Amino acid sequence: MPRSSIETAPGERQAASPGAASSSPDIPAPATLSLARRTRRAMRPLQPVGPGMRVLLGIAFFAFFVALWSFATFGGFVSRTFLADPFTMVVEGWRLMTEFGFAYDIGMTVWRVLGGFILAAVLAVPLGIAMGAWKPIEAFFEPFVSFARYLPASAFIPLLILWAGIGETQKLLVIFIGSFFQIVLMVAVTVGGTRRDLVEAAYTLGATDTGIVRRVLIPSAAPQIAEILRLVLGWAWTYVIVAELIGSSSGIGHMIVDSQALLNTGQIIFGIIVIGVIGLVSDFAFKAANRALFPWSLS
Amino acid sequence: MNPRPHAALRVEQVSRTFPGMRGGAPTRALEPVSLDAPDNSFITILGPSGCGKSTLLRIVAGLDFPSLGRVTLDGQEVHGPGRDRGMVFQSYTLFPWLTVAENIGFGLRQKGMRAKERHEIVEAFVDKVGLRGFQNHYPKMLSGGMQQRTAIARALANDPRILLLDEPFGALDNQTRGLMQELLLGIWEADRKTVLFVTHDIEEAIFLGSRCVVMSARPGRIKADLAIDLPHPRHYTMKTSPDFMEMKARLVEEIRAEAIKAG
Ligand SMILES: Nc1ncnc2c1ncn2[C@@H]1O[C@H](COP(=O)(O)OP(=O)(O)OP(=O)(O)O)[C@@H](O)[C@H]1O
Ligand SMILES: [Mg+2]
Repeated sequence: MPRSSIETAPGERQAASPGAASSSPDIPAPATLSLARRTRRAMRPLQPVGPGMRVLLGIAFFAFFVALWSFATFGGFVSRTFLADPFTMVVEGWRLMTEFGFAYDIGMTVWRVLGGFILAAVLAVPLGIAMGAWKPIEAFFEPFVSFARYLPASAFIPLLILWAGIGETQKLLVIFIGSFFQIVLMVAVTVGGTRRDLVEAAYTLGATDTGIVRRVLIPSAAPQIAEILRLVLGWAWTYVIVAELIGSSSGIGHMIVDSQALLNTGQIIFGIIVIGVIGLVSDFAFKAANRALFPWSLS
Repeated sequence: MNPRPHAALRVEQVSRTFPGMRGGAPTRALEPVSLDAPDNSFITILGPSGCGKSTLLRIVAGLDFPSLGRVTLDGQEVHGPGRDRGMVFQSYTLFPWLTVAENIGFGLRQKGMRAKERHEIVEAFVDKVGLRGFQNHYPKMLSGGMQQRTAIARALANDPRILLLDEPFGALDNQTRGLMQELLLGIWEADRKTVLFVTHDIEEAIFLGSRCVVMSARPGRIKADLAIDLPHPRHYTMKTSPDFMEMKARLVEEIRAEAIKAG
């Protein structure tokens, strides 16, 4: 039978995108759309926004935020003692970087976060996969992990200082405790939620039990596992700062405590913004990596 | 070696009862069903919705187990799923993380076949199901019909002893469905693999099958087992021939009575 007729079978391909055109009887050429109409179209629920517009809108809010901050500080509505203005913040930040070697502190903090987080991920992901795949293993670990997950990592800091001193080990351990149990549990749930029909399909294709884990459970959960890691990395940042606030001689958190003693809010805010920027960058990197690694999953 | 028994696949007095939910009454999905599928036969199983067609097919596949009775393939009792019984599911079950070609090659890869041999087989099946040019597409980029064609190719590439199809075209529009029937029939006429094909579409059951098994409303039993002696190769114009119409009229009667009972 002619193959070509199959490829072009009517109804096979999806119809053209659900048209905005069909809803309005008078269809103007796109170029002549009035601003009002374009806005109305853009504000339809779930209507995607173009890439240029997305960047513009995202930057707009940052600008708005800084404007508000400038207004409050330059306008004299807030005392300088409690909140530095943006200009002072930039100057203090410059001084931190050039005179006080703040780059070293940033480096230390990044290394602690990454060290503790990678350590946690390397151990937690395999355990989570095992728990998701094999129910007896899950029954064995799950209750304890669920319990441990609610232990606040920051509350361990005094104990960890007793055990490991105030060196790097203690910092890494705080991050590890804060990340490990969360990752384990979320990965286990994700793997356990693998579509059963895909597992069955793989069995009818001759997959063995280990084949199911390796070739179905893991690949099907991989994008979500990457998302979990992205999420937990964000949390790890909050733990590291807390760890550095107590008993530390370097790091962004340490600088913040020092600046507090000097009432230098410009430096504190600069430190906080640096954390935010690093978080934003790592988030972008993670998202880009996920898109590149799992082209089949995202839209 | 023993001579092969007459029927490759035997379903012997298989019944299935699902336990009730929260102490409710158990569901009798399948009354004892017996069915022999000789080699090279294309058996269509026709029945109203909910009569246990999927349950029967899943039991043959080894994905579910009979409450009573047993299924044998070449004399060996079936205890679980295996590569000798390929299955195409009612829902779309392509692996979303694999391309069309990788989906088709899944079973071969599991078998440990080398990439080069695998590639040749996969390419051949890509052509057979008319997906040339789509090998590197992911399932979500395909229409429903293309996904089911890939699923058929995936099952066939594994060269199973029998092929189980559970309403594979159920979700497709009429014209696509017609083309898919011709495609499947063309493949079957070429290599005459043993097929169990579940459907609730009477025309489909007649057009494809060399035999049609009619099931009753739930709990399912086999109500009629009719040979379909229409000559091969079959062409879609056959659907309007007198023989076809007569066969259809008979089956309509059988099914109608059941549909009324099922409500
Ligand atoms: N896992 C299950 N647990 C409980 N009951 C089930 C289960 N699977 C199927 N059933 C019941 O068994 C009966 C037969 O189901 P089955 O899916 O085999 O029907 P079917 O003939 O394939 O229907 P359809 O044509 O709609 O796909 C139904 O009444 C259903 O509710
Ligand atoms: Mg069904």
